Formats: sequence, structure tokens, C-alpha cells
Amino acid sequence: MSNVVDARGLSCPQPVIITVNEIKKIGQGEITVLVDTDTAKENVSRATNSQGWSVLEINPDEEGYKIRIGK
Amino acid sequence: MKNFLATRWGIIAVGGFIGILASLLQFWGNPANMGICVACFERDIAGALGLHRAAVVQYMRPEIIGFVLGSFTAAYLFKEFRSRLGSAPVVRFILGVFAMIGALIFLGCPWRALLRFAGGDLNAILGLAGLAFGIWVGTLFLKSGYNLGRTHKTHTAAGWMMPLIMLGFLIIMLFNPPVIGENQGGLLFYSVEGPGSMYAPLIVSLVVGLLIGFLAQKSRFCTMGALRDLILFKQTHLFGGLLALAVMAFLTNLVLGQFNVGFVGQPVAHNMHFWNFAGMGLAGLAFALAGGCPGRQLFLSGEGDGDASVFVIGMIVGAAIAHNFGLASSPAGVTTAGIGAVIVGVLVCIMIGLTMKEKVA
Repeated sequence: MSNVVDARGLSCPQPVIITVNEIKKIGQGEITVLVDTDTAKENVSRATNSQGWSVLEINPDEEGYKIRIGK
Repeated sequence: MKNFLATRWGIIAVGGFIGILASLLQFWGNPANMGICVACFERDIAGALGLHRAAVVQYMRPEIIGFVLGSFTAAYLFKEFRSRLGSAPVVRFILGVFAMIGALIFLGCPWRALLRFAGGDLNAILGLAGLAFGIWVGTLFLKSGYNLGRTHKTHTAAGWMMPLIMLGFLIIMLFNPPVIGENQGGLLFYSVEGPGSMYAPLIVSLVVGLLIGFLAQKSRFCTMGALRDLILFKQTHLFGGLLALAVMAFLTNLVLGQFNVGFVGQPVAHNMHFWNFAGMGLAGLAFALAGGCPGRQLFLSGEGDGDASVFVIGMIVGAAIAHNFGLASSPAGVTTAGIGAVIVGVLVCIMIGLTMKEKVA
């Protein structure tokens, strides 16, 4: 349950690449993705859905957003 | 709040809107098939500042100023402004320089490649194919772990630098208007003939620029990203915006009688097919390595991304280099020096792509 992908500070399309890599690695379960821009938040959410996963929760924090995704 | 502009129909609407306005700008006075061209207009800005002295391409383009300030406004209004920098700025500068040189070999940025195609210039097909090829090479590097490292949060005012530069350009322009028949109006250079002498009224260009900057910041419109996401993830989201731009510009051109199909005699274009392909290939690779097309880099500059600002400055300097050393093409075709510059640029981009891998996961 402690899969965390830290995509903060990375430019396009890195946040999506590392999120999708993690999705493919674990196949099923839950991942927390940390992003720091709205663009990355939208891109990661879109990629999550296209991988057949869903966005469970998005929490804004000091540094940006904490996105919980799962399947 | 759901961001409509970042949905499928949102990005299509923004792309279409840009296409219509670009075509209209040509009708209102901008050069043919160059309603909006980020590379050409940054080159004209370099000329206006006297960084190069190619007398036919000097004008402080208000569209570019509007892009940055419009994006800045949207970012502040929607609380997305975030000052950040530090992801290999000098590398981004060099990528900007070679992106511009490649674009000036073809004679246009990706936006203008689409607008040229939408105006019937078939040479644009080679440019667009080159762009896709360059981006495809970029995705190979991305897949094998290329990245320029993380940015860092910085002082809020650091993110104001590019918007302030653009505001400064606007103020300088207002106080130094063109003098009819003169190449210099106060501090700024103004083309008396050639593409630089063709422009829509200042207020029109500025308002259109502000509108596009505002909408593009929210929609994340990016032509390079459109092709990259299609190649890398088989994702068509951004591609919808790119298509909409081309289709709507084409339809508007038909209505305004600006459509003229062929390879020969096209405005501000040459028909050396291989070099159209190679120039845009170099630019596409540089955009892919830098993470955005030239328009997108301006919008990012407006929302506080200092690295994107460095890329933009690289492009402006690249334009000066291209014209001072005779690297840029003209309607007569490419130059020997230009061919050399494409080869050097491709080698530099490959070196960057191969050597810069930072472990991030």
C-alpha cells in the first residue's frame, strides 16, 4: 500500500511516464502520486483512466497535489 | 472546479479558436500563412531589438507579449502561478537556440507549419513530417530514461521575470512607435519592407495574443505534446487541438480567399524538400527534449516556469545567431552555413538525449 511516485518538479511528460511505469510494475493495487502543477495533475489523471485505473482521491497540499489512484 | 478547457472539447475549442484568429490576423495585416508563428515572431523581436540586422524581419510582435501576459493573468486568476526553476537551464537555453535555428531552416514553428498547410502550402507537409520524425526520435530518448531533472520552487518574483520583460517590451514599443519610411523608430527597429513590415494593428495583435495566452494556459495547448503523446502513449487528447487549429484555419482561409494550393511561389517558404524536413526535424527533437513547443514555452513562462523562460530567451538568441551568421533560409532556399548548423544541432541534441538521464523514481 505504500507505493509512492514523486513526480514533483518534473516537466512533461515525465510525471505520466513514471506513473504509467509504476502502474505496469504493480499491475493492481494503489499508488500515491505527488505532483506540483495543475497540468501534471490533469495529465496523470487522464493517463490513469486510460490505463484502466481510477483516480480515488485528489488532495491539495503545500507542495501541490497528492493523487491516490488504484485498481 | 472542473477545468473545461482541459477537457477534450475544451482543447478542440481552443485549437479551433487559435486557427480562426491566426487566419484573421493575416487578413488584418500579418504576413501570409504567418498569422501567428512563434518562431518567426520571436525572430522579429530579436530584430526589433537590433540583436540581428536582417532589415526585413524586425518588428516587436505584440502577439508574443500577449501570450506571456495572457497566460500570467490566467495563472494568477486560477491560482496556478508557481515560480519554479532549476531543471538544467543552460541545456534548455541551448535547446532553444537550436530549436530556433531548425525552425528558421524550414521557415516556421509548428504553428506556422499548420497554418502554411491550411493556406495550401504543400511544402509544409515536409515540415510536419520532419516535426513528427524529430519528436519520434525524442520519444526514444524519453523511453530510455532521458530527463533534465527536477525544478525547484523559488522566490515568487523570480517567476515574474519573463512577464516583466514582455511588459517592458510593450512599454518600449508604445514610446517608440514606427516612423513611416524609417528603419528605426526611437529605440526599436521596424522593417520598412518584407514580412517584418506586415502587421495587424498593435491593439488587435495584443488583444488576440492576450486571449490566446489566457486560453492556452488553461487548456495546456501544445503542438509538440500533441504528436509526442500520440507517439508515446497513443493518446489523442492534445492532438484534437492541433487538428482543430489546422481545420479551422483552413476553413477561415477559404472564406477569406486566402487559400492557394501548391509547392511553388508560396509566401515566406522555399521548396527544398529535404531541408524543410531536416530543419523541422531538428526543431521537433529540441522541442521534445525541452518538453514543449515554442508556444507552450511562452505560456509556461507566464505561469512562473523559469526554465521555459530560459528556453524562450535561447530561441531569441538563436534567431540572432541564425540571421547574423546567415544560417536562416530565405525563399531562395537554405544556405551552406544553415546546413552545417542543422548537422551540428542534431549532434548536440543527440548528445543531450543520450547523456542526460537522472534517476527520478
